[in-house]
Amino acid sequence: MTLLTCLMDEPHALIPQMLSLMAVSVGALARRGVLGAASIRAAHDHSGHAVTQEDLLMPQYHDSRVYPLPTLPYRKELDAEQKALKEKEKGSWKQLSEAEKVALYRLQFKQTFAEMKRPSNEWKTVLGGAFAFIGFTGLIVWWQHAYVLPEKPHTLTDEWKAMQLKRMLDMRANPIQGLSSKWDYEKNEWKK
Amino acid sequence: MSAGLLPKPQMRGLLTKRLRFHMVGAFILSVGSGLLYKFGVAEPRKRAYTEFYKNFDPMKDFEAKKAAGVFQSVPSTES
Repeated sequence: MTLLTCLMDEPHALIPQMLSLMAVSVGALARRGVLGAASIRAAHDHSGHAVTQEDLLMPQYHDSRVYPLPTLPYRKELDAEQKALKEKEKGSWKQLSEAEKVALYRLQFKQTFAEMKRPSNEWKTVLGGAFAFIGFTGLIVWWQHAYVLPEKPHTLTDEWKAMQLKRMLDMRANPIQGLSSKWDYEKNEWKK
Repeated sequence: MSAGLLPKPQMRGLLTKRLRFHMVGAFILSVGSGLLYKFGVAEPRKRAYTEFYKNFDPMKDFEAKKAAGVFQSVPSTES
């Protein structure tokens, strides 16, 4: 079931066929007891009977936004009361009460679309974790600046940069729209 | 059934409606961005160049550079 739930996180329309294909290979593994945990989870999901390894060979019920009407009903084994309700369903639906309609829905489906699409708080964990790691990286970067990186070249000192700028202005670099166009050559200062 | 029917949704012409919306939008955005660039970037640049070269004297420019001492092949006069 763990393999199947991985697929369920990215559902697509071929899931029921894929599930039956997967169930075949999964069943082969299950017979070797590899998917013991999977059987336990399937047992909790199902309506009450013990999940045998043969069950994993059959198509599974699966809630999916892109496959809204699953191949099987959610509850296949019905008690007497539920069976009676199913018989009543064969008649006119106008005689069904609201509670009965909801009960019939719940027999057929595990979760409503609203329940399926409910938001989770996972994004907070993701963002928090990402920022935590980025912060830790910041610490590493600071330590590198302090203990690893060599001295800055002399051409990055303020005096050298001033000499460099003066030379660029003397050469009239980019005189039309760029650097030298912003310099006032008469007053020897930047244009206002 | 629950009380009150929902209004009938649009059944036809869904692609047409979507296509019209997007074609109009695409046209407006592309023509608009073209015009924005022309009048925000291209025209000011053309004006700047004409202004610069209207009264540009290359010899005076050369003398100023020579005085500043930026040439390797021309001996500079200290300014």
